Amino acid sequence: MSILIYAESENGKLKKTSYELASYAYKIAQNTQDQVVAVAVNAQNLDSLGQYGVSKVVSVTSEELSTFNSETYSEVLTLVAQQENANLVIISQSANAKYLAPLLAVNLEAGYASNVVALPELEGGFTVKRSVFTNKAFGKAEIKTDTKIVGLSNNAYGLHENQVSCVVEDFNPSISQSGIAVQSVDKNTDKVSIADAEVVVSGGRGLKGPENWHLIEDLADVLGAATACSKPVSDMGWRSHGEHVGQTGKPVASNLYIAIGISGAIQHLAGINSSKTKVVINTDSEAPFFKAADYGIVGDAFEVVPQLIEKLKEFKASNA
Amino acid sequence: MKILVCISNVPDTTSKINFVENDTKFDTNSVQFIINPNDEFGLTRAMWFKEKQGASVDIITVGQKDVEPTMRKCLAIGADRAIRVDAEPRDAFQVAKEIANVAQEKGYDLIIAGRESIDYNGGIVPGMVAKYLGAQFVNTCVSLEIEGSNATAVREIDGGKETLSCSLPLVVGGQKGLVEEKDLRIPNMRGIMMARKKPLEVKPPTVEDIQVEFSSFSKPAPKGDVKLVDPENIDQLIELLHNEAKAI
Ligand SMILES: Cc1cc2nc3c(=O)[nH]c(=O)nc-3n(C[C@H](O)[C@H](O)[C@H](O)COP(=O)(O)OP(=O)(O)OC[C@H]3O[C@@H](n4cnc5c(N)ncnc54)[C@H](O)[C@@H]3O)c2cc1C
Ligand SMILES: Nc1ncnc2c1ncn2[C@@H]1O[C@H](COP(=O)(O)O)[C@@H](O)[C@H]1O
Repeated sequence: MSILIYAESENGKLKKTSYELASYAYKIAQNTQDQVVAVAVNAQNLDSLGQYGVSKVVSVTSEELSTFNSETYSEVLTLVAQQENANLVIISQSANAKYLAPLLAVNLEAGYASNVVALPELEGGFTVKRSVFTNKAFGKAEIKTDTKIVGLSNNAYGLHENQVSCVVEDFNPSISQSGIAVQSVDKNTDKVSIADAEVVVSGGRGLKGPENWHLIEDLADVLGAATACSKPVSDMGWRSHGEHVGQTGKPVASNLYIAIGISGAIQHLAGINSSKTKVVINTDSEAPFFKAADYGIVGDAFEVVPQLIEKLKEFKASNA
Repeated sequence: MKILVCISNVPDTTSKINFVENDTKFDTNSVQFIINPNDEFGLTRAMWFKEKQGASVDIITVGQKDVEPTMRKCLAIGADRAIRVDAEPRDAFQVAKEIANVAQEKGYDLIIAGRESIDYNGGIVPGMVAKYLGAQFVNTCVSLEIEGSNATAVREIDGGKETLSCSLPLVVGGQKGLVEEKDLRIPNMRGIMMARKKPLEVKPPTVEDIQVEFSSFSKPAPKGDVKLVDPENIDQLIELLHNEAKAI
């Protein structure tokens, strides 16, 4: 038996989450005596996964798979899972992984638990801890099928090195034609996405208008962060819908979340609760965000943020 | 065009989340239930297809009798017929199979579900329904146009968007963007009166198995107090983020 991870990549480069999935799978494999196998599509530098416990990488290279397609990609994963005799498949919670997961689950007749935040309990079944009610609670759920799929939340387990010897094998499946045609992809490639970001800098209505967003962008630049916003900000068209985070927007599971001029409404906090460290900058010391944050500055964003940008530049320069 | 909208009945976004019966069940006491926000965007888009392109709109919920007020609200907003599969929803597999079975019987060109339900956040039902029906599937759908038997959809991806096309039948996992927030509808008096006369069909369940079963729930540990940093002393914030939180 084996544990299969889906190692995602971006322009041929493995994503950080792939190493996190490998670390997580290796820890489970130590208990179950399985080996960890990874499948990667059109990616390079695959033996680097060996550093995180992957013994074998199934490398699929195909022109037909050059853009992501949930149907063809779930088919590839299905074939590899069957070939490798995988009884556990672990995927990330990227938009693409979430898209293909239900299709893969039906193909493999596997129970799928999404938003998993911890290692499974293996006694008397296979039980995972999931976040539910948009991070307001956790639920324990048993996956009862023989083959299981776990969707691991970003940053929930972290990276843990475990060097093993790793072989890379090519696999060239014949892939059926998909009924879905990708017409165009419009992606901001020089910016980190909220889903992949270690740090997210987010602005709310307290910033008064879109003309002030250079504060958010400059701060994000220094930190190599993604930018985000509260719902009213995207509703008013100050920023695009894609940046809206919260219960009805995108979830954020970054290491650091910096909220500027955001009050901290329950629907906003729900989406960002699983970020590790939260910082708030707000003029109103009574703003509910101060109850949810780890660090806070009661102050005016227009004074605090420019200083913070300068100080961070100095800090980065002296720590480089 | 025949459209089916999948409606999940969820606690209002401001609800306090608590559990009862030894932390095995969600405490519905004094909780207000609403149409899952992602589904409400889909329902409103379906109304647009009804009004502009002459589509018929059915809604479906897998749930017990207590979900009917939410279903009536969908009828008041303008859906033509409602179907309730009389079963407690226990996992995505069961719900998706029930919906697929009904869809198989009635035949729909377009099935609109939500990207995820805001209670258990599975994000699984729409994709499974598509797969069981052999229909196309577009997730995190933020724009949808149908012409004849062809669909053009925009999907939100990490860091951008992509435009997809396919032929019907199609299942979408929808969200905000399918319509704008300001276009969401509040049922008016006439709609509410008409909804009372619209058919709400109750079907017996057909699926017994489930794949993933919740056993208990817990709440996050209360967090410590915020550490306040003086706005005149920003170096301290950087120091804390670097040395204490190890976040930069
Ligand atoms: C069904 C539903 C779903 C929702 N989903 C979401 C969601 O997913 N995400 C989301 O974000 N919201 C969501 N909301 C909206 C949410 O309830 C709040 O209205 C919203 O989060 C408030 O945004 P805000 O903090 O930017 O604005 P405000 O609440 O107006 O807060 C602005 C803050 O800025 C501060 N401020 C003002 N001037 C300055 C200054 N110069 N410097 C520093 N601080 C300053 C103020 O003290 C205030 O705290 C939802 C609401 C509903 C009803
Ligand atoms: N019990 C249900 N009845 C009808 N539709 C549902 C039900 N549960 C989920 N759905 C649909 O599936 C979508 C995704 O739900 P989930 O997979 O539970 O996150 C929801 O937005 C609904 O459109």
